[in-house]
Amino acid sequence: MKGSQIFLFIFIMWILIIAGCVLLVTISESIKIQGYLTLEPPLFYSSIVKAIIAITFVAIWVYVLSKIKNWIFRRQIKH
Amino acid sequence: MPDQIIPAILVSAIAFFSVYISIPFLIKVLERKNLTVRDYNKLNGQMVPRPGGPSIIMGIIASELVLYVFFPKVEIIAILATTSIAFLVGVLDDRKTRGGWFKPLGLAVATIPIILLGAYQPTLSFPIIGHATIPLLSIPIIIFIIPITGNTVNSIDVLNGVASGFMVIAGCAITLSLFITQNYEIAIASLPLIFVSLAFYKYHKFPSRIFPGDSGALTLGAMYGVIAIVGHVEIIAAVAILPAVVNSFLFLSSMKRIVEHRQIKNPVTHTEDYKLAATNEKDAPITLVRLIVAKGPMTEKEIGFFIFKLAIFSAFLTIITAFMTVVKI
Repeated sequence: MKGSQIFLFIFIMWILIIAGCVLLVTISESIKIQGYLTLEPPLFYSSIVKAIIAITFVAIWVYVLSKIKNWIFRRQIKH
Repeated sequence: MPDQIIPAILVSAIAFFSVYISIPFLIKVLERKNLTVRDYNKLNGQMVPRPGGPSIIMGIIASELVLYVFFPKVEIIAILATTSIAFLVGVLDDRKTRGGWFKPLGLAVATIPIILLGAYQPTLSFPIIGHATIPLLSIPIIIFIIPITGNTVNSIDVLNGVASGFMVIAGCAITLSLFITQNYEIAIASLPLIFVSLAFYKYHKFPSRIFPGDSGALTLGAMYGVIAIVGHVEIIAAVAILPAVVNSFLFLSSMKRIVEHRQIKNPVTHTEDYKLAATNEKDAPITLVRLIVAKGPMTEKEIGFFIFKLAIFSAFLTIITAFMTVVKI
């Protein structure tokens, strides 16, 4: 079918979104940082760690997607 | 639920007919003021009035205000305010082409009402696994969503009828998802997005009698984004616009920077019978349309319908994602 690679690419994007969400929530929800020197709110530290994990996940997602894009569309995007 | 049926029918009718009736008048006004642009994909280079944004925002404001009478919710005010600011950003860009950063920055400003009104949840709903709370990221995510949805919809406004037709399909997907997640009032608030887009599609479809312009495309995209935020379906909403996300992703990964689309080389060229074909220009960006025509030239209408097939496929994945969000493991 003409353009079937585009459907495949969208499907792979969707799978990556679902898989990324499951991994992100599983990892980030397991992070519990106890109070530091009893002065700082532990929520703040755990939030920083979660934010870093989430941003790292997005960066990995974009990297993997660009590799898959090159693989799926190698003929079309070859200049 | 039965007491929500009348407002749902009423706002849908107001959204549809206010655009459907006002567009012919807007076309006349735009033609009289010589606000027309060339349709480069037509053999005779026909001049088409632009922008259709004023009719689109009128339909949205009228329908959402009526809905507010039934459901005085802060989320509806957020939809109205954010969408209106996005429209103004689009109007400024329609009047004078600005740098590539203008629209993302302007749309980031449009998120201020959502934040000030507190019309968002500090958690994100994920499929299968449930909610996650990342307090530090909740506001940055909101600030990113509206520029992404606005510019993503604007980036597919390249062929007759594509942006409006795409928004009809994506709007149906997000509305159904809101019903599945039992967020009925926001689902009704999203109905104007479908019906405004549908009425505009009547005039925007091939051969276009009017173009939405930045004011129209950004308005539809921003409304989609704000519904995703206030309806707490951000992840689900991302799935529905995957074909447009693919377009932006291909564009950015080939250009390596944010650039105004009028400043780049055309990724497609025309054959003798005026079909669209992939260009051989080495520094032209890779876009969704360029990939679609990579295997051979197609007419503008054929490409438009192919994009709609992609949108329907994504809508199907959206509904599955919505069910996955409701069912928790």
